[in-house]
Amino acid sequence: MRILHNLPGGAFWLSPLVIVFLSSANAAEFGTLQAEKSSLTFVSKQMGVPMDGRFKKFSANIAFDTAKPTAASARFELDLSSVDAGSSDADNEVVGKPWFNVKAFPTATFVSSAVRPLSGDRYELSGKLTIKGKTQDLVTPFTFRQEGNSGIFDGVFILKRLDFAVGDGIWSDVATVANEVNIKFHLVATATRK
Amino acid sequence: MFAPRYTSTALWLHWLMALLLAALFVVGLYMVDLPLSPQKLKIYSWHKWAGVTAFLLVLLRLAWRIGHPAPTLPASMPRWQKSAAHGLHHLLYLLMIAIPLSGWLMSSAKGFQTVYFGVLPLPDLLAKNKDLGKTLEEVHEILANGLALLVLAHIAAALKHHFLDRDDVLSRMLPFLARNR
Repeated sequence: MRILHNLPGGAFWLSPLVIVFLSSANAAEFGTLQAEKSSLTFVSKQMGVPMDGRFKKFSANIAFDTAKPTAASARFELDLSSVDAGSSDADNEVVGKPWFNVKAFPTATFVSSAVRPLSGDRYELSGKLTIKGKTQDLVTPFTFRQEGNSGIFDGVFILKRLDFAVGDGIWSDVATVANEVNIKFHLVATATRK
Repeated sequence: MFAPRYTSTALWLHWLMALLLAALFVVGLYMVDLPLSPQKLKIYSWHKWAGVTAFLLVLLRLAWRIGHPAPTLPASMPRWQKSAAHGLHHLLYLLMIAIPLSGWLMSSAKGFQTVYFGVLPLPDLLAKNKDLGKTLEEVHEILANGLALLVLAHIAAALKHHFLDRDDVLSRMLPFLARNR
């Protein structure tokens, strides 16, 4: 019931929202990323063969209040050299110039601009993704669920690698390595405030 | 009297596989030392697709062989030679099955699924395991080299039969070589 105390008195128009808040019993804000429980994995296709990969190092500043999802914000920083592209050959290759060019562009960043509730536990996150000095709009759905003191964000989206010149030159042939990369994020954040 | 010969099906399967296995072996030797490039990925995929094809063909061939016994060997052949010939053929079949299987297992262990012609995914028989992948790569290579050596012995024996023993052994598989009797 603490939430009610926080509401400005006489804000009638909020009453439908209040009902929603109360129905999700424990409104809370989630922020601190639990890196060891979170994962950022991807599937790329080469010659029709799906290859699993992941990034081992990333950080995120998340502010997600279950009571005010539209006010949520997120900022991700991804250490591109921490890539595990599925094989040692691929690991050595993708950090190089035609791909991530980590010497010049060590980090990929995402900065959110908006979060929109969809239905139930589903939301839509919009923002700007920057890889290899190129910035593109990104919109991805995600789900949120709460487990004890943790908030879990899960989402999948498709990124077109050539939008960011990732794998250019000889590698831009999408018949060999597909343009579409399936990216899956599983972020676990601790409640910062209840 | 007609010279003994294999069925046309056996003949076709034999020569088709001979070409395919020779190509697989040469491409396999060539591709492993290539630097990573889209071309390398393509060649690896082609090698795998051809390998799956060879595996299917050898199964078909075995099934055919069980229903259609090989023509008998010349009565003039000493017993040890007959035993050696049978042994060698068994080994050839064994390797023709074991090599594609080791390639398939190696691909699974290395985390590269085999997708036949880029459309039909074969199940991964093993979970990803780097060390096991390396071991299987060596196994695949050793078996392939072993098959290459056995094929050389097979060819040498066929030529010996044709040119030294002057019997019908080679013409069973190449009927146009059959001598008039």
